[in-house]
Amino acid sequence: MTDALGRPRSVLVLGGGSEIALATVRLLVDRGAREVTLLGRHPEAMLGAAEPLRAAGAEVSVARFDAADPDDSVRAIGEAFRAHGDFDVVLLAFGVLGDQARYEEDPELAAHDTAVNVAGTVASGLAVARALRAQGHGVLVVLSSVAGQRPRRSNFVYGAAKAAVDAFACGLDEALRGSGARVMTVRPGFVHTRMTAGLPAAPFSQSAEQVAVAIVAGLDAGVSIVWAPPALRWLFLVLRHLPQAVFRRLRG
Amino acid sequence: MPEFAAREVLTGWGRTAPTAADVLRPYSARQAAEALAAGSPRGTIARGLGRAYGDAAQNAGGVVIDCTGIDALGPIEAAGVVTVGGGLSLDTLARAAVAAGWFLPVTPGTRHITVGGAIAADVHGKNHHVDGSFSRHVVSLRLALADGEVSTLTPEGADAPLFWATVGGMGLTGVVVEATIRLTPAETRYMLVDTERARDLDDLMARMSEGDARYRYTVAWVDLVTRGAAMGRGVLTRGDHAPLAAVAAEARESARDYAPRALLPAAPPLPAPLISRLSARAFNELWFRKAPAARSAELQSIEAFFYPLDGVDRWNTVYGSRGFLQWQCVIPFGAERVLRQVIEAIVDAPVPATLAVLKRFGEASVAPLSFPLPGWTLAVDFPAVRGAAFTAFLDALDLQVAEAGGRLYLAKDSRMRPELLPVMYPRIEEWRAARDAADPQHRLTSDLDRRLGLARPHLRQESP
Repeated sequence: MTDALGRPRSVLVLGGGSEIALATVRLLVDRGAREVTLLGRHPEAMLGAAEPLRAAGAEVSVARFDAADPDDSVRAIGEAFRAHGDFDVVLLAFGVLGDQARYEEDPELAAHDTAVNVAGTVASGLAVARALRAQGHGVLVVLSSVAGQRPRRSNFVYGAAKAAVDAFACGLDEALRGSGARVMTVRPGFVHTRMTAGLPAAPFSQSAEQVAVAIVAGLDAGVSIVWAPPALRWLFLVLRHLPQAVFRRLRG
Repeated sequence: MPEFAAREVLTGWGRTAPTAADVLRPYSARQAAEALAAGSPRGTIARGLGRAYGDAAQNAGGVVIDCTGIDALGPIEAAGVVTVGGGLSLDTLARAAVAAGWFLPVTPGTRHITVGGAIAADVHGKNHHVDGSFSRHVVSLRLALADGEVSTLTPEGADAPLFWATVGGMGLTGVVVEATIRLTPAETRYMLVDTERARDLDDLMARMSEGDARYRYTVAWVDLVTRGAAMGRGVLTRGDHAPLAAVAAEARESARDYAPRALLPAAPPLPAPLISRLSARAFNELWFRKAPAARSAELQSIEAFFYPLDGVDRWNTVYGSRGFLQWQCVIPFGAERVLRQVIEAIVDAPVPATLAVLKRFGEASVAPLSFPLPGWTLAVDFPAVRGAAFTAFLDALDLQVAEAGGRLYLAKDSRMRPELLPVMYPRIEEWRAARDAADPQHRLTSDLDRRLGLARPHLRQESP
């Protein structure tokens, strides 16, 4: 159970290789979380990530999970809740960024990655929501992106997927009202991670740890939407309404 | 699931950590027993008037039995013995009792709790040093068990272990559907009260140590915001029930017309908290100044003496949406040095203490999970400010209390670390054995139980 000062005891990560998710879990473990379950495509790699969490006092279990296979991901989520019991916080952190130019040459790949990002999120999000509703408490944190706020030439396939993820997460939060559970949608800007290695950094770029701090602050405040960094909220208020001719000329 | 169950989001009085449960409202012991027998995959817990500060009367995803409909009030017998429903409020009981020349044997600082809740938390009051906790005045109780059976328990009977596991057992042994209680004589609805101001903590503790034994009821409000020489200054109020002779002749006819009312309606829920270090300081200054330096044998109403905060309906909303918590510890006599350290720490806390109360306890109950033990109890309200500084601060206070042989009050707790539970309650295994015998399948559970691993310890328990 999460206590009166917002300290969860147990955390489930979907996409256990995500640097943002792992940095968030680390902060929660430092606050007193003691039970961590990491689900992801590469259990061996996650075992390495588990070590520092164990050293910080958490009991960590790791299992295989493939967001590209909705049937399998729903099964894996059900199994995680059965094996562990309640989770106080669930981080939905999987996603594929992909290369826009390659997508334009390879529509099948674009469709596949979009299926992971959208259908995978819908399947996992609904499966988690069902479990949280049954347990009567808990927060599902969905990693969206500012890329979904307004499509850009340089990554609109990814942006389209994140727009869908964002709409889904906000709707799911509404659906969970009165259930004791809730959804928090996280909209990070550019983050320096393995996923973005080699890409030109956009303005307001940040580290995974900085996003994690924003996520934990959002959990504390009980808000529905977290922007990381927070200033992006106001920037996108403007960007969303710029004429396309102006928006087109912006860098990043 | 019975048809009349409705899923509701519940919190304790502190308005923190909301969770949802299916709430049932039985109107008889039999209906409560049926609800227990029907069960739920996520267990069942009783709830009274929701005055526990934390998560004791919440059960996320499971069933919560709202007992307030089980509110029968039997006749008060000549010896002051009365049999009541577990969901009857102390307020209703006190109204009937005072009219008949009696009062509650023990009352906490609010009249809005149920008899079942008073037993489950083994509540204490200003007379603990003389009269002990609530359980000392329970002649017998009827407990609806996890399997739907209803058992009659007495302090010395064959079922004594379950009686004492129910006392202070935070509802995890069953649902108290009925209790027979011994009231205390009270000729009038008035109290005779002596008030003294103490200039600092040493003065306050000296006055309490020296004078408490002369009074039936004693409590001290203590200022934990002011630093420096006046640190720990306070106002001591002590008294007893006023005899009829102490009441003016013209008021004697109405001397038992006890009808307390909330003076102010519910404070509207505030989006932003009213509480800051500045407002806490102003409030504490005002409280100190309004008290007389010394006044004796003042006639006060029962409600003014026992329930000053009940004057505002739902005063808990002034802390805003983030809520608040109460940290209440007891520190054994002989460890006054630790009490002083704790108070010094609170004065410099990262979050201002809005309200603090100090009281000396008498003998402990024999119940394994009962909170009071001979020593000093300190209850402090804090806004539930999030963040590492405040959580680390409170964790450090807990550790000091545990090391001194003291403990926290589970009816107030909403955030302690589970690792400290067996240190603070060394007889927990005895309690678990009696509890498990009555509920081997662990069908009674609550958010407090889940958070602290009360009935079943968490698999992973680090040493503190």
